[in-house]
Amino acid sequence: MIKNWKRVGFIGGLTVLFLLLPLVIKSDYSINLLFSLFLYSAIAQSWNILGGYAGQISIGHSAFFGAGAFVTRLLWVNGVPLLLSLLMGGILAVILASIIGFPALRLRGPYFAIGTMALAEALYLTIRNVFPGVAFLPGKYIATYSLIPRYYIVLTLVGVIGLVTYVVMKSKFGLAIEAIRNDQDAAESSGVNLFKYKVLALTLSALFTGLTGGVFAYYHASYYIAYPFGGGWSFEPLVMTIIGGAGTLIGPIIGAIFFVGLKEVLAIRLGEMHIILFGIIFVLVVIFLPGGIAEGIEKIRRFLFKPEKTVF
Amino acid sequence: MTSDFVAQIFVFGIIMGALYGLASVGFTLVFGVMRVLNIAHGAFMMIGGYLSFWGFTLYHIDPLVSLLLVAPSLFLIGLIFYIVQVFPVIKFTDDHDKIHISLLISFGLCVVLENIALLLWTGDIRSITTSYAGSVLQIFNIRIPFVGMVGVALAVLFVFALYLFLVKTRLGKSMRATAADWKAASLMGINTNQAYLISFAIGVALAGIAGTLVCMIHSIDPNMGLFWTLKGLIIITVAGVGNIRGVLACGLLLGMVESLSVFIAGASYREVVGLVILVIVLMVKPKGLFTSRGRRV
Repeated sequence: MIKNWKRVGFIGGLTVLFLLLPLVIKSDYSINLLFSLFLYSAIAQSWNILGGYAGQISIGHSAFFGAGAFVTRLLWVNGVPLLLSLLMGGILAVILASIIGFPALRLRGPYFAIGTMALAEALYLTIRNVFPGVAFLPGKYIATYSLIPRYYIVLTLVGVIGLVTYVVMKSKFGLAIEAIRNDQDAAESSGVNLFKYKVLALTLSALFTGLTGGVFAYYHASYYIAYPFGGGWSFEPLVMTIIGGAGTLIGPIIGAIFFVGLKEVLAIRLGEMHIILFGIIFVLVVIFLPGGIAEGIEKIRRFLFKPEKTVF
Repeated sequence: MTSDFVAQIFVFGIIMGALYGLASVGFTLVFGVMRVLNIAHGAFMMIGGYLSFWGFTLYHIDPLVSLLLVAPSLFLIGLIFYIVQVFPVIKFTDDHDKIHISLLISFGLCVVLENIALLLWTGDIRSITTSYAGSVLQIFNIRIPFVGMVGVALAVLFVFALYLFLVKTRLGKSMRATAADWKAASLMGINTNQAYLISFAIGVALAGIAGTLVCMIHSIDPNMGLFWTLKGLIIITVAGVGNIRGVLACGLLLGMVESLSVFIAGASYREVVGLVILVIVLMVKPKGLFTSRGRRV
């Protein structure tokens, strides 16, 4: 119990700290950095629900991210309230996910990965052909542009995704999902409806990814319309989650801190080289440390503080 | 007039389709034999394409001749990448694990190779323009480009050669046996590790050959990898996983349907066609269009 209270206190303190931070920090650079940290945490945590907890690897989350960004931007710029536009973006992402999810999640084998990649790549190429231009923010929006509401929205999003993931994974749903990941056959023969839970995980994941895409569209003043559909948005959440530790609540956040931090340090010195480095680190983690940094920390902790269990 | 136009569209569809088929053959082989989903297959095509591009621009080697150099080099590259891509994967006994781990590793590698290519060769779109690149064969009003014909012929040749290799030779038979059931195969004294190694290297070499032809007929750039992998993914799903004979047919089918869709709906929505086909096949016949019960080559 006491341990639990410690954790609640820690998270509460962290929340208050992040809520008050914009009052103290006035530099735009720091706020922007925190924003991208939270954005990456949000998309990585969304990927984690499906890829980490449920064990269904998606290599096409850019489709959901892009759809969220596209719809949110379109509606918001045309006068729809922001929260409603965000929600519509999330809903479209879920609809897209169901196109691939319903046929592919019934099957075993590589079909889900194939389907998500096909969806993402087809959508990217099509959007790039149909909308080759840049999405500019109209003048009146630029005039009132401020970082503070954007910061709070992304902070709320990370909080909500983290909380929902925590609650859901503690519930019956979470147990079923974990059973599926560990052994599909055993789960199915114990009466777990595989398809239902996989679809639910996909729905949650796509919804949150779509919302994150919407926040991206709200944040950026101008970007290529096809950019949020690009393959990077599939690659990065996957890499962050796997490096941080897939299937844990803290993993995607560790991964995002690692990713954003290293990018900040390396991108200036190495340019595009930093992606090569990330790719290599990622491959090494997959091969040698399948549990990611979270598992590494756990291993070190166990090595340093031997558990109380005695041999006899 | 219109019939000529449609015939012309089909000609281009067949040329593209043959490339799709050749691009997917190695992909299918690797997946069929060891359940390794090699997302980096398109990236290996890109490397093959750039090698022949180098050969042509630096040493004036005709791409058809440089195939003789590109294929062995890619075979060697395949042997090297085997250590990273297959070695950590084959220790898993469950197909599901094999697919997932190999998928992650190759996805990472794909991004690495893409960005290395970007550094080495810049992001420009390249292609090889040989002296005979412009020549066409005209039958009535239909024009068939010479390089396209060569491409189709070579694609058919290589797919057929691979088929013969798998059916007639001892090594090929051991690869098929490993594909069908690696446990039983290894109990029967087949060297499954050798079968894995050779099929992975052949798969990468076939990617290199396909890349060279793509560079000659179409164009290459560092980001082409995912595009061609996507075609490969669609084709192996439609053909039925591990079905090599169906791959060429499915490639041709996809090429022609795409060309036809450009004629009907315009070039913007060309990529959606493959996705629609994939979704329909997954819904209706997820084991593939060209599979009969229990047969796999």
